[in-house]
Amino acid sequence: MTAHVNGKPMELPAESTVAGLIERLGLGRTRVAVEVNKELVVQKQWESARLKEGDRVEVVTFVGGG
Amino acid sequence: MPYAPFKLGKHELRSRLFLGTGKYPDLEVMRKALDASGCHVVTVAVRRVEIGQKHAGQILDAIDPERYLILPNTAGCFSAEDAVRSARLAREALAVDWVKLEVLADKKTLLPDPLGTLEACRTLVKEGFTVLCYASDDPVMARRIEDAGAASVMPAGSPIGSGQGVLNPNNIRIILETVKVPVIVDAGVGTASDVCIAMELGAEGVLLNTGVALARDPVAMARAMSLACEAGYLAARSGRIARKLYATASSPWTGLIEPAKRPDEVAGE
Repeated sequence: MTAHVNGKPMELPAESTVAGLIERLGLGRTRVAVEVNKELVVQKQWESARLKEGDRVEVVTFVGGG
Repeated sequence: MPYAPFKLGKHELRSRLFLGTGKYPDLEVMRKALDASGCHVVTVAVRRVEIGQKHAGQILDAIDPERYLILPNTAGCFSAEDAVRSARLAREALAVDWVKLEVLADKKTLLPDPLGTLEACRTLVKEGFTVLCYASDDPVMARRIEDAGAASVMPAGSPIGSGQGVLNPNNIRIILETVKVPVIVDAGVGTASDVCIAMELGAEGVLLNTGVALARDPVAMARAMSLACEAGYLAARSGRIARKLYATASSPWTGLIEPAKRPDEVAGE
């Protein structure tokens, strides 16, 4: 299954969840937030949120800015 | 501490100076500059995690959570929709309910898009956000933003990063007379006197970034900004004298010694 993660295609196992993706990316659970197809997925739904073919996923954090 | 208590959203702030976290030479300089500025609120931007980057949000390591409040911003958003999405993501990741809302019109001027700003402001207020709303220095727009439910109006002194200072102090004055929510002058600060002027006009606070981050000595400049903010705050509350065209002597005219010369006659004296 291919999803677009931060604008880049990424091959993911079938039945992947948001939680699985975050783990695959090597990220912790703090300082990041996720939206799928422009909808926020709150952290307590990460385990249950299944990704589908073609999903557009944004994984964001914080950088310096004014 | 010269400042009277200043409440914004649910936070009682100990400083009137707000600092951005972009463009510092490195995180250690930023940490020292934040320290020297005495600021309480620092703003950070929402961006994609770099794939492969294991340690997300490193900027936050340099911002002591015991000491600073983190205000996420929607810098870089050019539509209400993108700004609202960024604000939601930031709230989720940081567990804060406030946001510095920026909806920009174009990359060259970085001026706010008034329609997008209002739309995003209304949406975020409805969703329970405390919205600090970046705006131009247009007094009518400031009123509209207040009507949309913003907790603070943040007029630009001049374009972001331009270092031009407060270009239209009369507009800031009118905004201050017009809106009841706190006015925080945001953007355009080049040096300490710009902060002082904004505060003397009666602004509740000033937010700046580039003026410190890109100064040759960011830490010293941060301290200068802090002093200027306090100076302007105190001056604004101290009842400055009226401006007069002619001089008024500070020393008495009586008791002078026998003069060799009398003052020149001035017509109309």
